[in-house]
Amino acid sequence: MPGLEDLYREIILDHYRNPLNRGELETPPAHRVEGFNPLCGDEIVLYLDLDTEGCVADIRIGGQGCSISQSSASMMSAAVKGKTIAEIDDLTRAFKAMMSIHENSLEGAETTEPIDAPEVKLGDLEALRGVVKFPVRIKCATLAWNTLAQGIAEASTAS
Amino acid sequence: MGMSTDPIDGTSMKSDFPLLEREVRGKRIVYLDSAATSQKPVQVLEAMDHYYRTINSNVHRGVYAIAEEATNEMERARESVRRFINAKSASEIIFTKNATESINLVAFSWGRANLSAGDVVVLSHMEHHANIVPWHMLVAERGIELRWIPLDEQGRLDLTNLDSLLEGAKVLSVTAMSNVLGTLTPVRTLTDAARAAGAISIIDGCQSVPHSATDVQALGADFLAFSGHKMCGPTGIGVLYGREELLEAMPPFLGGGEMIRDVRLDGFTTNDLPWKFEAGTPPIAEIIGLGAAVEWLEGVGMDNVRSHEIALTDYTLTTLGERFGERISIYGPSDSAERGGVFSFAFDGLHPHDISQVLDEHAVCVRAGHHCAKPLMRILGIGATARASIYVYNDTPDIDALADALEATGAFFAL
Repeated sequence: MPGLEDLYREIILDHYRNPLNRGELETPPAHRVEGFNPLCGDEIVLYLDLDTEGCVADIRIGGQGCSISQSSASMMSAAVKGKTIAEIDDLTRAFKAMMSIHENSLEGAETTEPIDAPEVKLGDLEALRGVVKFPVRIKCATLAWNTLAQGIAEASTAS
Repeated sequence: MGMSTDPIDGTSMKSDFPLLEREVRGKRIVYLDSAATSQKPVQVLEAMDHYYRTINSNVHRGVYAIAEEATNEMERARESVRRFINAKSASEIIFTKNATESINLVAFSWGRANLSAGDVVVLSHMEHHANIVPWHMLVAERGIELRWIPLDEQGRLDLTNLDSLLEGAKVLSVTAMSNVLGTLTPVRTLTDAARAAGAISIIDGCQSVPHSATDVQALGADFLAFSGHKMCGPTGIGVLYGREELLEAMPPFLGGGEMIRDVRLDGFTTNDLPWKFEAGTPPIAEIIGLGAAVEWLEGVGMDNVRSHEIALTDYTLTTLGERFGERISIYGPSDSAERGGVFSFAFDGLHPHDISQVLDEHAVCVRAGHHCAKPLMRILGIGATARASIYVYNDTPDIDALADALEATGAFFAL
């Protein structure tokens, strides 16, 4: 039976108590995007600064939510800073694969079959592996990532 | 805790509820989410099973024996509901899918026949989405105006400006009891004010009808909506009570079989009340289940249900206050006479998802989220609360288990 230590690794609680990259960026040039967790009670606001080469030059996080959604957002912000959109796409798919969500890039449909994820180092994000044993909380963990993907898509079409 | 006598033994009540015997993670389940849905007594389960096993057949149509029996059982359940809320006639009891559908029925059927651009509907800041969204839809569709009764610092309705809010209004639609704050609203005061202003009144009775005696004559409401699954009945069945004169004048809601008298190539005529508003084959088993739930609750006595809840509310507020002091804040009125057994709370600065996760480890079931009251959450300045709620089968050991589990939660997340 999955225990709470599987879900709440120490590193998750660290990111929750001291989240990285909190705040706002001036929009424009940064792009602001909001996301809500359908489980309810998590809100996230992302500020994305995409440079001319398509890298995330800077990112800030706002909003309020549970320890899983907030720590995932914090870890995500550290992981994507300075990365290109293509690298972020790989990272997102690897993270979601860890969450047992397989996104077919052609249709954008989600299944729950495990797939071969891109060879990407998840680093701190590995700590969220235990979330998969608490399916109701998967949406908490993926909120920041889905919001990020939405924000990147919006910012790319806007420019 | 000696503050009020409790006529109900919540512990022995549990024996009527099979689900409450189960364990989660090796621990006795402590179900504190009756505001979301209630558990069902075996009498309700047996009534529905009996229907399917012995008399299952379509109603209002068949001449054969079991069809007649099924029809009688269903209409007997309708009469039980009529009696339960002291409506004048069974014609005033409309079966719907749930309270949400009941309110939508009024907004759709009464609303579209009586509301046009600029007409005012008065709601409150503590309403559930079911009593907000249908009105927003009418704003978009035909430009009605919404006004909102605000709240005071204890989460009670602030009625200071009620008369001016109601000036020229066509509808007042409010809850009898908040599903977030537990606040009991002064329903008669509200319906009287509505009537004086020339407005109809709609009362959301989802939390109130299961938890205390309801008398629609005393309430003075034009419409009352409530759901079966929150009052020991099955899901998929709700009730709309409406005053007969209003229902007679309203156009039908859904069109199809059962709600007609005659259908021709060039038109149709509607059936009498209540069937005018019950299109298609009804949820017969669920209606019978609701009837059994009403009878079960009448056996307990609704005044006893309320007294038990007051006693357990006192115990809850005292226990949580004594054990956690400043670490916990419970929303809603501090006086148990002004609230029902719904407790939304903040604890140790922890997020409701995290609180309810650790509580789940201890088999304690509470709800976390916005409770379908996002406007209220924004006014309170929060995204979500954890919410515990009690019913007739809860007892003081359940509250002690909640307190113990909260203690463990605080320890788990402590810095």
